[in-house]
This record gives sequence, C-alpha cells and structure tokens, in this order.
Amino acid sequence: MRKIWDIHGGVHPPENKAQSLGRGIEPAGIPPQLIHPLSQHIGAPAAPVVEVGQRVLKGQMIAEAKGFVSVPVHAASSGTVVAIELREIPHPSGLSAPCVVIDTDGKDEWIDHSGVDDYSALDKPALLNLIRDAGIAGMGGAGFPSAVKLSTRDDAKIDTLIINGTECEPYITADDILMRERADQIIAGVKVLQHLIQPSEQTLIGVEDNKAEGIAALRAAAEGSSIEVVVFPTKYPSGGEKQLIQILTGREVPSGGLPADVGIVCQNIGTCVAIHRAVTHGEPLISRVTTVTGDACSAPGNFEVLLGTPVDYLLNLGGFHKEQCIRLVMGGPMMGFTLKDTSVPVVKTTNCLLAPTKKELPPPPPAQACIRCGMCAEACPASLLPQQMYWFARGKEYEKLEDHNLFDCIECGACSYACPSNIPLVQYYRASKSEIRKQQQEKVKSEHAKARFEARKERIEREDAEKEARRKARQEAAKKKATAGLDPVAAAQQKAAASDAGKDPAQAAIEKAMAKRSGNAPEESDDEKRARLQKAVTTAEKRLESASTKLEEARASDAANLGALQTAFDRMTEKLGQAKEELAQFLSAESQQTETQNNAADPAQAAIARAQAARASAAEQSPLEKAQQLVASLEKRLEKSEQKLQEAKAAGSDTADVLEKSTTTLRDKLESARGELAQRSDSEAPTEAVAATTDPAQLAIEKAMAAREAAANMSADEKAKKALESLESRVKKTREKLAEAEAGGADTVDVLRDTLAKLEEKLAAARDTAS
Amino acid sequence: MAFLTVSSPHAHGPLDTATVMRLVLLSTLPGVFALSYFFGFGTIINILWASALALGMEAAVLKVRKRPVGFYLNDGSALVTAVLLGIALPPASPWWLIAVGILFAIVFAKHLYGGMGYNPFNPAMVGYVVLLISFPVQMTSWLAPAGSFDGSLLGPIDAVMRVFSLGQVDAVTMATPLDVLKQNDSLLIKDLWADSTQFGSLAGVGWEWANVGFLAGGLYLLYRRVFTWHAPVSMLVALFVMSALFYDGGSSASGGSPMFHLFSGATMLGAFFIVTDPVTSAVSNKGRIIYGACIGLLIYLIRAWGNYPDAVAFAVLLMNFAAPLLDHYTQPRTYGHKTTPRKGEGE
Repeated sequence: MRKIWDIHGGVHPPENKAQSLGRGIEPAGIPPQLIHPLSQHIGAPAAPVVEVGQRVLKGQMIAEAKGFVSVPVHAASSGTVVAIELREIPHPSGLSAPCVVIDTDGKDEWIDHSGVDDYSALDKPALLNLIRDAGIAGMGGAGFPSAVKLSTRDDAKIDTLIINGTECEPYITADDILMRERADQIIAGVKVLQHLIQPSEQTLIGVEDNKAEGIAALRAAAEGSSIEVVVFPTKYPSGGEKQLIQILTGREVPSGGLPADVGIVCQNIGTCVAIHRAVTHGEPLISRVTTVTGDACSAPGNFEVLLGTPVDYLLNLGGFHKEQCIRLVMGGPMMGFTLKDTSVPVVKTTNCLLAPTKKELPPPPPAQACIRCGMCAEACPASLLPQQMYWFARGKEYEKLEDHNLFDCIECGACSYACPSNIPLVQYYRASKSEIRKQQQEKVKSEHAKARFEARKERIEREDAEKEARRKARQEAAKKKATAGLDPVAAAQQKAAASDAGKDPAQAAIEKAMAKRSGNAPEESDDEKRARLQKAVTTAEKRLESASTKLEEARASDAANLGALQTAFDRMTEKLGQAKEELAQFLSAESQQTETQNNAADPAQAAIARAQAARASAAEQSPLEKAQQLVASLEKRLEKSEQKLQEAKAAGSDTADVLEKSTTTLRDKLESARGELAQRSDSEAPTEAVAATTDPAQLAIEKAMAAREAAANMSADEKAKKALESLESRVKKTREKLAEAEAGGADTVDVLRDTLAKLEEKLAAARDTAS
Repeated sequence: MAFLTVSSPHAHGPLDTATVMRLVLLSTLPGVFALSYFFGFGTIINILWASALALGMEAAVLKVRKRPVGFYLNDGSALVTAVLLGIALPPASPWWLIAVGILFAIVFAKHLYGGMGYNPFNPAMVGYVVLLISFPVQMTSWLAPAGSFDGSLLGPIDAVMRVFSLGQVDAVTMATPLDVLKQNDSLLIKDLWADSTQFGSLAGVGWEWANVGFLAGGLYLLYRRVFTWHAPVSMLVALFVMSALFYDGGSSASGGSPMFHLFSGATMLGAFFIVTDPVTSAVSNKGRIIYGACIGLLIYLIRAWGNYPDAVAFAVLLMNFAAPLLDHYTQPRTYGHKTTPRKGEGE
C-alpha cells in the first residue's frame, strides 16, 4: 500500500452526498435560451466574434481568447444570437458582465468537427493549442485556463501528475458520478495529459475513501496503465490542490509558488474528460456534469447540462421548490457562493447547485465573542492562527496580518465551520486581503506621486536659488559701479561669474579667476590683456554654440527645461556681446597706439589697424554691412531649418509642424532682408565690409543669434501650449492603453504604468512652466 | 422570497459557545457530587448562591455597558465562572465572602477588561485569590469529611442557614490533607497517614473522590473535543514528575507522593476546568504544553515551598501573564513556509 500523508487540521461536515447519487447522469436537454458569459475563467474575458442576428452552430466559437491567460467560448447548441449585452452572471459579486445570448432552434446542429487520430504524433504546443481552442478551463471550481496550467516551463522537471478526484465538498457528486459512469473517458484524458506532461515518476488519481464505487470503476479502467488510483480518508478540505499534493506526496507547494515548483502538475477529473473529448472527438467544452441537490429539490441528481443553460431551467429538472429554499448556492456549502436569483447561467465552473431548506442550512446566528478556544487553528489546513488573524483583521493591523501569512489562507472555510462563536472568520480574511491589495496599489501610486512632487520641489528650489544669486550679483555689481567707478570689464565679468554661480562650477571658477585677474589689470602687459580678452571671447563663443545646440535639442524633444535653456542662452549671448565689445575697445586703443608709434614705417600695418578700428565697434557698422550679415545669417538659418524639417518629417516627429512654420517665417525674412540689401548696395560702397564678414567670431555670433531667433520665432506661450497639448494627448493615449492592459491582465501593465507616471510628471512640469 | 446573500461557508459545525459552556457545567457534576457526598450540602449552596450573584452582576454590568443582556447571558460563561468559584470555596462559605469573590471575578476580572473573550486572567481564579489573601481565616476553614468526625454532615437547610448566618449551625472544620502535610516536619509520611483518619487511602477522604469526579468530567470534555489534551496532560505530568523527584522516599521532609499530589486539593479541577479555560491560556498546541507544564511545576513549587497549602489559583494566574508570550513564541509553521511567522518577522 502506498504511503499517504496527513494534512493539518480539517473538518468533517456531514457529507450529504447520497441524495444526488440515486440516479445516473441525466441529459438536461436544450433550454430555449443559452447565455454565454465571456468570462467563465480566470484571466482576460474572451472577445465576441459573432454578431446579433447571426445563426450559430453547436460547438461554434462565439468569442475568442484575448491574451495568454484566456480561453474562447463556444455555442452550446445551434440557434440565433439575439443579444450581446450585459447580463447578470454567477459570481460572488452579483455583478453583470457581457454575455452572448442565443435563442436555440432545437436542431442542435453541430459544426464540422473531428478529433485527432493519434495525439501522440502532435507536439506539445499543438496539443496545448488544441486544448486552449476547445475553451477548457479548470472544472473543479477555480476555472484557471488548463492550457496555461499545462504549459510548464521546459526546465521544470515534472515527476508527478496528479488528478484530483477528491471532491471533498459536501453535497457535490459531479466528479463521483463521472468516475462511476465515465471512468474510461477519465483515463483516456489522463493519458493525453501523461503524453503532454511526461511525468518522470508517477501519475496518481487521488480519491477520498467515501467513493467506493467510483474508485472501483477507475481502477478497472486504469488496469494495465501506469496510472495509480490512491485512496485516502475523507476529510475537508483534502481536495484543495495544495492539500491533495501534501496528502499524496508529502510535499508542500512553497508559499506564493506553483505545484510545478515541487515537480507536480495537478488537474481535475472533469477537466480530464473535457480534454479527452476535445482531443479525441474535437468537441469544445460546451457541457458539463452539474449536481443539483439540497432539501428544496425533490428530485436531486446529476445532469449533463449545456453551458449557458439558465439556472432555473436546471433547477426545475431537479424538482426545485423555490418557496422552501432559503439560499441558493452555486458550488458546495463550504466554498460556494450565493446567487441572488435563478436567471444566471451555468458556466464552466458550475459543479453544483445547492438549494437547501432553512432547517438544512439555517441562516448564520449573530457572532459571539471570540473565546480563543483555538478550534479554528485546529481546523486550519494551512496551519494558520485564525483567531490571531481575526483580532488583527478587526483592528485593521494589516502588517501583522501579512506577518501571520494571511495570503496563505485558501479560504476553505474550515475555521468558520468550527468556530463555536459563529464568527464569520473567512469573511474577515477576504475583506482584509482585498483591503491590503488596495493599499498596495495605492502605495505604488503615492510613491510615484511623491517622486514627482520631490522632483518638482527640487527644481523650484534650484530655480529660486539661481534667481536669488542673480539678484544678489546684480545688486552687488550696481553697488560697486556706483561707489568706485571700477573697471567696467571687471564688473561685467563679475556679473557673469555671479550669474553662473551654482550652474557650472568649473566655469564659474574660471570666470572668478578671470575677474580676479582683471582686478590686477593695470599690471598686465598689453599682450597678456589681448590674449585674455580674446580667450574670453572664444570661450563665450564656444559656450554659446553648445548652448544653442542644447536649445535646439530641447526644442526638438519638447523637453521640460526649454524655458531655462532659453534664459541661459540669452544670458550667454549678452555676455559674448560684452566680451567682444571689450576686445574691440582694447584692440582699437592698441592699434591707435601702434599707429602713432609706427606711423610712417609700415603702411600695411596701418591699413590693418584701420580695418580693425573700423570693425572694432558694432555701432560703427554701416547699415549695408548689417544687411549683408543679416542675409548671410538668414540663409544659413534657412538651410539648417529646412534640413531639420526634413529630418522631422522623415521621423514623423511631433515637431514637424512647428519647424515648417518657422521655416516659412525664415524664408519671408530672408526675402525682405535681401530686398533691403539690394537697396543698400546700390547706394553704398561695398569695400568697407570685408573685415567684418570674414571675422570668425562674428560668424559664430551670427550662428548663435540665428539659432536663438529660430527659437524665438514661436512665442513662448505658443510653444508651451503646443508642448502641453502634445503631452496631454500622449498621457491620454497611455492611460487608455494601460486600462486595456489592466483589464486583460497583460504583462505590459507595469511598463505602461511607468511610462504613464513619467509622462504625467512631464505634463505637470510643462504646466508649471506654462503657468 | 429573496434568497439569502451570505458569504461562505454555509455549513456550520455542531459546537457553539453556549453548548461548550453547558458541556463544561455538565462535566462538573461528578466532582460536585463527590464533594457533596463527603462534605455535605455546602458546596451546592455555594454554587447556587454564586450563580445567582454572577447572573445578576453580569446582567447589571452588561446593562451599564449597553450590551444586549439576554444575548450575552445566554453564552453561559458567567455561570461557569460562578460554578468553578463555588466549588473552589470552602463548603458553605459565608454569603458575603462569595459575593466579594463573584464581584471581583465578574466585574473586575472580566468586564473591566472588556468582557467575554478579552479578560487576560481567569475570572474565577482572580476571585479566589482576592478572597484567599483578604480573608485567610474563612478561606482555610474547610469542613471535615464524612467519617473523620462524630456527627452528621451539613444538610441542605443547615447549609443555607450557615451560608446566610441565619442561626447557629454546628459544623466541624479541619485542616485539609495538603495543609497537614505542609505543617508536618517531624513525621514520616507513612506515620502521618497512620496518624490521621482523614488521609484516606490515597490523597485524603473525600478529596480523592472529588478529584476522580473532576477527572471523569474532564475526560468526557476531551471526548467531546471541547478542548485538547495538551494543557491538562502536561500539567499533570509536570506535577507528577516534580512530586516524584522530591518524594524523598516518604521522609519527614517529603513533599508527598505523586499520587497524593495528583488526587488531592484542586489538582483535577485545575487541570480540566481551569487550565483549559480557552480565553486565558495559550492558543497553539505547543504553547499549551508549555503553559500546562509550567502550571504543574508552579503548583508543586508553591505547595512544597510556598506559604499556601494549595497553589492552583496562583499558578494559573502566573501563567495567564505568560500566555501571550507563549503565543508569540509558539506560532506554528504555515503550510508552504520554511519558518514560523515569528522567525520570519526579522527578515
């Protein structure tokens, strides 16, 4: 005899199984109307593929699986689709859900279907697809898509296949009657599973010892195969997957893990029959055996019922007396849920309809105080401490609840059954679980919000500090200027240094050093001074260039810091102007000196000096020069802008429109500038401009100015608005996608959530900038 | 008619709190019968008077606390407290002594701590200890058992008159065997037994039968699965082991034989009716074993070397303190976990 293990706890409620075992499986027939809920399984609801008014055949797919964890739905009989609408479904929530409603025509006309001659020739994915396309979901009660449960990872070493024929819930006999009457189909289905799973050690069918007839039938059918029927003492809840695994193998499924983690795959007996029919006969899951029992039924029994059959139709077959029934339970008395009325349909997981009288299952008496008797802990199959968890649940001490492994509770109800004070313990745990889940979701949300808030706070603080620093610098500069007619060069540089404080420390240090040096200006030789000033101009040019690149990039990507960059850019342009002015002043002074010194000696030198002098001051530039420069710069900008526009268009970027607009504006400007230049060149001599146009510094300035102007082409408001709009539409789109993903339980939910959070952050920042 | 909308499970087990309490009351009967057979009607009058007081006080407090009086009175817990205290007090104790005891048991120990299910200390034992410390004379004047003196036991009328001081009632009081043993420092146990008629065959006339009665009631409750074997058995085993260790061959310094300790005083009453009080004891089976064993140990320590001849009440109250700690350190390992919740909490 095979060794079996005991599980902790458990209870022995009256079995009440004999009532419904008086007769064999009876066909329930075809009801006038079938209601097919799109979600009869765990996972994403199926999506309808038929239309109202369409005629469908028996076995025709009427809704397809959506996503990996999902199964399709098939019409249970031939008829016409009359509605695809919200109908009340059998669910603890009592909510409505989309259903395909079919008026049957009584012909029960099958769609073309055929089985597989030799399933062993099929590879694993093909067989899994077949099972999935047949719409098979766990028929023991949970309704988890069977194909998903069977697609174990390749590296998972499955040594044991367990078939669950325990049926430990009182009253239910659907599996029992299957064993008695269709043992050969069960075994055939198990063999398919064996081929699919290839368990390396054993295949066990676990059955409680209160089903002698079923056990005998199974053993007879399994004769000669490697399938072993294992019998163990009756105790509730031995049929829980985790409990059955422990009973048959002594192994425990790790908390939060799957049976596959301990080398086991578990399937229900009813599922085996469904798989056999799908593989061998090509029949999708459109019917099941359901027990109709309870003292309010005068003819209890088991019925082969079409899925979608309204509950009242089925109850009538069992001789239902509505006036005697105190509560209508779908499932068993331990884990079943109550139905509000009888219009809901039978679904894939409906193993039992229990219609008890008031005497049979009286309404729960009011709960008394917990006396810590510990009977619940004695009964708990998961070795939890229900009485402690009850205190924590009442005190809303959710952390302690989790410490006490609330989430290992399988909600079997053994504790509530045993409690002498009639405390609805399971209800407390269910409520706490959902409350904890809710809090976890909110925590994630609030963490996102916190990060966003802190980023914003940091930015505002930084900006304030910068503003403050600039203000101080200005104040100081003004003071110094006012008090000691200080060297304007030094003042300007100090100002520049101060304005950059905290932004670019290295640069600030250099500038500071330079400012210091300029304080010693009188001691500098002329050469040194020239070198310094030239260097200052070059540096400023370089920085302006990089700033302009950054600005362009920021504009292209709608970055949040566009405003800040713009300001920085303006400041740099200003600075460059100052530096150049200084240099020019110095050079002109120097050249005058040189001129006086070497007057007659070197005419060439004199000419250069003159040219330099001419170029020295921007104010001295002739209108013609200016016009020429403008045209040149505009041409360059236009070229650049067009190039960018093309790139943007090619990439389908959001900024294409903006760029197009700015390009057009540039073109107009260029035209008018050219017109002006033409006028001026008529009236003025062109020779004076040579030095200016060839000066590289000047060119750089032009370039930078061009870039700036391109940015300025759009008003700040307009830009911010554009950015906002685009962000808003993106957030909206992402939200929609996320909702879809959440409904479907898709893998991408997390990624989408992250994206959404980031976008929202950006949007918030953009709004800040805008306001 | 609309169907009930309720959460699962829909079936409920046969036991409810009121049934449990009724079973407990029923199981005290053999012990009470033995006490009455050997010590007269005093214990029964104790129980009746205590019950009346307990129900009255419980109802009054519930009313003050604005709780449904009938609903809570029905759970029978006040009655159990009253019966246990009535049994523990000397037969035919004065009415006011019982009243003070019940006051402390029901009002102080139970309701001031939040009522049924919330009290950390066993109410009956709190009442008993308050009386023992406050009124040592009344609490140690136990009646002499039948056969140990000339004259008849208290009849029902006499007992009522004695309890309510309605007139002069002759009653012989006598030190209990535990008391005698405690005072003894010169005689061998063998001689002590031979000296006094009240020691009976094993653990004192009357006492041994009363203990057998409570043992029988306790075994019935075990059979009905009202509580588990863990706490009572470990308490009895600990007491047995301690008394065996210190039996000292029955010398004059001996603490008494193991059988004497198991069947004298309040041992069996304590093991099956006090230690098993679910509210104030440890909840896990492992915790119950430790809880019971510590009580057994303390009983012997106090009996042998303390100031009081019997020690069940003190031992139980001391361990009531420790019960939450035991609960914390004896949590069972949950299915699918490698460690117990407590060990896991530091992670």
